[in-house]
Amino acid sequence: MKLYCLSGHPTLPCNVLKFKSTTIMLDCGLDTTSVLNFLPLPLVHSPRLSKLPGWISKDGTINLEKKELLDLSTIDVILISNYHCMMALPYITEHTGFTGTVYATEPTLQIGRLLMEELVNFMERVPKAQSATSWKNKDMQRLLPGPLKDAVDVWTWKRCYGIQEVNSALSRVQLVGYSQKVELFGAVQVSPLSSGYSLGSSNWIIQSHHEKVAYVSGSSLLTTHPQPMDQSSLKNSDVLILTGLTQMPTANPDGMLGEFCSNLAMTIRAGGNVLVPCYSSGVIYDLLECLYQFIDSANLGTTPFYFISPVANSSLEFSQIFAEWLCHNKQTKVYLPEPPFPHAELIQTNKLKHYPSIHGDFSSDFRQPCVVFTGHPSLRFGDVVHFMELWGKSGLNTIIFTEPDFSYLDALAPYQPLAMKCVYCPIDTRLNFHQVAKLLKEVQPLHVVCPEQYTQPPMTQSHRSDLMLELQPPPMPYRRCSVLNLPFRRRYERVYILPELAHSLVPTEVKPGVSIATVSAVLHSKDNKHTLQSVPKPPPVPPTKKRKRVMEEPPVAPKPLLSGAVPLEAFLATLQMHGITEVKVEETADGHILHLQAEDTLIQLEEDGTHIVCDNNEPLRTTLRDLVLRFLQKL
Amino acid sequence: MPEIKVTPLGAGQDVGRSCILVSIGGKNIMLDCGMHMGYNDDRRFPDFSYVTQNGRLTDFLDCVIISHFHLDHCGALPYMSEMVGYDGPIYMTHPTKAICPILLEDFRKITVDKKGETNFFTSQMIKDCMKKVVPLNLHQTVQVDDELEIKAYYAGHVLGAAMVYIKVGSESVVYTGDYNMTPDRHLGAAWIDKCRPDILISESTYATTIRDSKRCRERDFLKKVHESIERGGKVLIPVFALGRAQELCILLETFWERMNLKAPIYFSTGMTEKANHYYKLFITWTNQKIRKTFVQRNMFEFKHIKAFDRSYADNPGPMVVFATPGMLHAGQSLQIFKKWAGNEKNMVIMPGYCVQGTIGHKILNGQRKLEMEGRATLDVKLQVEYMSFSAHADAKGIMQLIRMAEPRNMLLVHGEAAKMEFLKGKIEQEFSIDCYMPANGETVTVKTNPSVPVDMSVNLLKREMALGGPLPDPKKPRSMHGTLIMKESSLKLVSSEQALKELGLNEHQLRFTCRVPLQDPHSDSETLHRIYTHLKSLLKGYTIQHLPDGTVMVESIVIKVSSSAEDANAKILLLSWSYQDEDLGSFLSSVLKKGLPKM
Repeated sequence: MKLYCLSGHPTLPCNVLKFKSTTIMLDCGLDTTSVLNFLPLPLVHSPRLSKLPGWISKDGTINLEKKELLDLSTIDVILISNYHCMMALPYITEHTGFTGTVYATEPTLQIGRLLMEELVNFMERVPKAQSATSWKNKDMQRLLPGPLKDAVDVWTWKRCYGIQEVNSALSRVQLVGYSQKVELFGAVQVSPLSSGYSLGSSNWIIQSHHEKVAYVSGSSLLTTHPQPMDQSSLKNSDVLILTGLTQMPTANPDGMLGEFCSNLAMTIRAGGNVLVPCYSSGVIYDLLECLYQFIDSANLGTTPFYFISPVANSSLEFSQIFAEWLCHNKQTKVYLPEPPFPHAELIQTNKLKHYPSIHGDFSSDFRQPCVVFTGHPSLRFGDVVHFMELWGKSGLNTIIFTEPDFSYLDALAPYQPLAMKCVYCPIDTRLNFHQVAKLLKEVQPLHVVCPEQYTQPPMTQSHRSDLMLELQPPPMPYRRCSVLNLPFRRRYERVYILPELAHSLVPTEVKPGVSIATVSAVLHSKDNKHTLQSVPKPPPVPPTKKRKRVMEEPPVAPKPLLSGAVPLEAFLATLQMHGITEVKVEETADGHILHLQAEDTLIQLEEDGTHIVCDNNEPLRTTLRDLVLRFLQKL
Repeated sequence: MPEIKVTPLGAGQDVGRSCILVSIGGKNIMLDCGMHMGYNDDRRFPDFSYVTQNGRLTDFLDCVIISHFHLDHCGALPYMSEMVGYDGPIYMTHPTKAICPILLEDFRKITVDKKGETNFFTSQMIKDCMKKVVPLNLHQTVQVDDELEIKAYYAGHVLGAAMVYIKVGSESVVYTGDYNMTPDRHLGAAWIDKCRPDILISESTYATTIRDSKRCRERDFLKKVHESIERGGKVLIPVFALGRAQELCILLETFWERMNLKAPIYFSTGMTEKANHYYKLFITWTNQKIRKTFVQRNMFEFKHIKAFDRSYADNPGPMVVFATPGMLHAGQSLQIFKKWAGNEKNMVIMPGYCVQGTIGHKILNGQRKLEMEGRATLDVKLQVEYMSFSAHADAKGIMQLIRMAEPRNMLLVHGEAAKMEFLKGKIEQEFSIDCYMPANGETVTVKTNPSVPVDMSVNLLKREMALGGPLPDPKKPRSMHGTLIMKESSLKLVSSEQALKELGLNEHQLRFTCRVPLQDPHSDSETLHRIYTHLKSLLKGYTIQHLPDGTVMVESIVIKVSSSAEDANAKILLLSWSYQDEDLGSFLSSVLKKGLPKM
């Protein structure tokens, strides 16, 4: 069993597991941090950006974390754990010869589709007159300034996919429900488990009858909107692959949420606007829910909240129809029947309005001061670029970062100098090191595999030994492009004995509570399922060719192994019963030698062996053989 | 030999009060717990005393599974759990869990508040009963306990309807509840994978019907409604609040829109709004088209359909009214029916099945004078139309499901005996499987023949696989020999050598040695070589070696040659073999006794 690690990004993993002749890709996250190397894509022509020296604004090009470590067309299935971890799907399924199936839950598929459509929309609505690629050439790249010069593997940076590729990729998705058991080629069973991180997010169990691999990715133990994490099903794993821990181990999500609210209220009261760069699904639901409770107490009842994204409406609507995937509280609301998320009420009372973009209705409805939720959190594309240009110059306004994926300083770089206030309250609900240590103690995997980043404290806080995994035995670290041999050996395989054969077996007890039976059977292997069936009776042998037959077809059942010992006295008595009376017994170092004088035959009886020396008397030999066998166990 | 027992307490050769007991692998499961619409006495509920005479059912049942929210499938649930007594888990899907208590409360109100019955379950009992419910998701494998697992499949029929797959060890049963094999305007079609259950328990409401295309039925329905409206008549459509109602509302809504009709459409009871809200929140349970477009346009927001008020029934002019309940046995639909029955311009369209004993059933059978409560009789002059819109599988659909699931046995419930008989014949003929149709209280026992799962050592398996040649050939079975070790509950199949090792037993070597005299005028080594060539030509496919230490090995049988001191031509062949080579050894000794061929 091998694990190929195609991504070094701990929260956007992409691993391939080879297990019992199946090749399973676990997630395909898309690391978009490379867009920080590009200038923002403005919605309206920006004189400032275009006057920056040296570089023309470029298409948001994207880094795909993979290398030619293995042939992507050999992948049988892809298991998706949450919608953030599927953004690279079109790169894998399209133009690679991939013919397999992708498994994901329904919310993961639907929201993943929205996020991809949004990304494509962001890119396509600001088409670029020209694009350059020759800079990716190593010799050219060397001459480039700044961080670009040091960026690794720029040739793997690819253009964003189009809507057709998205549709084609998603058409390969097969929906699964939590705890559904999916058989892969009869060899392996995979099953998603609730991971508590986002709508429909899952961890996966990959198991056969005797081996179990748990894949943990982006899990949360906090009570937010998704169904709580299923921990107990992770128990008794041979290997647990651990990815997607919090990127902000020192920031408490509850504290950050409080800070978010107070900064928001402060800015509005002072007459400024608040900009929240965020993804269109996920934490935004929790932010809206928090604001729903906070608005009245903070006297923000008249402040307009805007959510601007091509998929804003869909995201809000979809969130309300996945009752099965929500936490218990929200489920019970649906039984009333009421929408599970309070943002329905915010929309109904006109406190929250959503628009596909800043163009159209929004420009006429727009009132300030206001709060705007919009993407993309990298500040390089999407409507957020426009608001940065619009509000950046005023100290009254505030930008509040809530998504942990991008360094906020890097994100802001092209907008400097900036007068607007910046508040950084990253909310990352994924497991922290304390929680994961407790979890692992609970579920007790034999081996843990994790990104190497988790085996040492973060670079900036090298003294914090609590911000790393310490386990016994130590976890097996992986980095990009490593190939790990997972440490377990398959020793048993499940086979089925058909009833007819089962009835014909004759068990004998060899020890108290332990019985054995010799099995001679025909093994059928089909679709990786093995069944044992009785040996069919040989067809009657035509008498003429008898001897030839014997030689052509070796006897079907070989003789069993023997065990036990032949007791002297009892054996002699048995011989006597069969008319063999003249026996001379001679004692030797290891046993006895019996000399059957009338028959001129020797039998050597020892603790672990019997030797019959008998010349030219086949009937006698077979009689003796059968007598000896009476005292022995056959295996 | 293991067996599965199935006993219907209700719905055995009957429609109504579905309740089927299944015993499988030592587990007892109750499938559905419904009431009978046709009765108002004890026969209304299944006879739970069959399970146990004295009191509570908890000890006798491992779980209860409810397939969907129709009262003939869940109407007896609070009675069973709270009044008879059952505290174990009750499984149903989310939509069923949401809607079921509302219908139960309605049912309770009609029975207790209107008819004044006592000794009936209370609102509190419904609530307590629902607390025992564990929600099921589609395709989720729920482990009821270590051995019993259940899995729900989409059944169409109504919002949240499910078929269940029940498995203990390698025995399994599928119960369909009510299902529909053709997608309609708001629901998808039932689907199940090739799970090959030992028994498929299927409803058979429309066992003898093969329905014409849905499009024709819809056109017929619209035509009839339209004609009636045109001549100023009133149309009553008795429905249940959820299910067909939404289907027909969508149908009429689009028709009104297209034809630009003005006559009002009403929907009785305050349920409309609420019911439609459930459809909006559980949109993932509807068909693909509705799911795909729900963000842009929610199909369950009707423009033409308004809430009904009791006073509207006397309004002049044409109108269409959807009223509950669907079999005209009580409530608003019956009230309106009484009001409108006298006018031949009016029409009642029965869109679904009516249970025996209900007014719906009577008028469908052509009865024109109805005895009402008290002594009054009611003359039925209005037109009575029947349109099968209830979403049950027809004969074709049932056969289709059998083809999908490939059961080993078939068991029919939820249908009329005569119709079942017909379908039973067809099934047995077409699929050559046994088909049962037990009456209520009658037990069907099906013997199962499960194979025994054992753990085979991979070494042994690989060795056996390798024997079959380099490439595994599925058509060519391979023989396998090993030892099965039975220890406590574990069954392990290993090679004999490994079995000896694992059990800590010593191996006992049984060897035979045989001296064969042979006349051969050659030197010892030449004789040996002659033996070698002789055997080589005789035994094809065996490893025969001529070793430099003066022995010939056939497989593991050792042959040596020595000559006697007196006569150099009288050779003695020494054969030695172990018990494992007994057959070959004994064969060789007989061959060599015959001497070597002349040169």
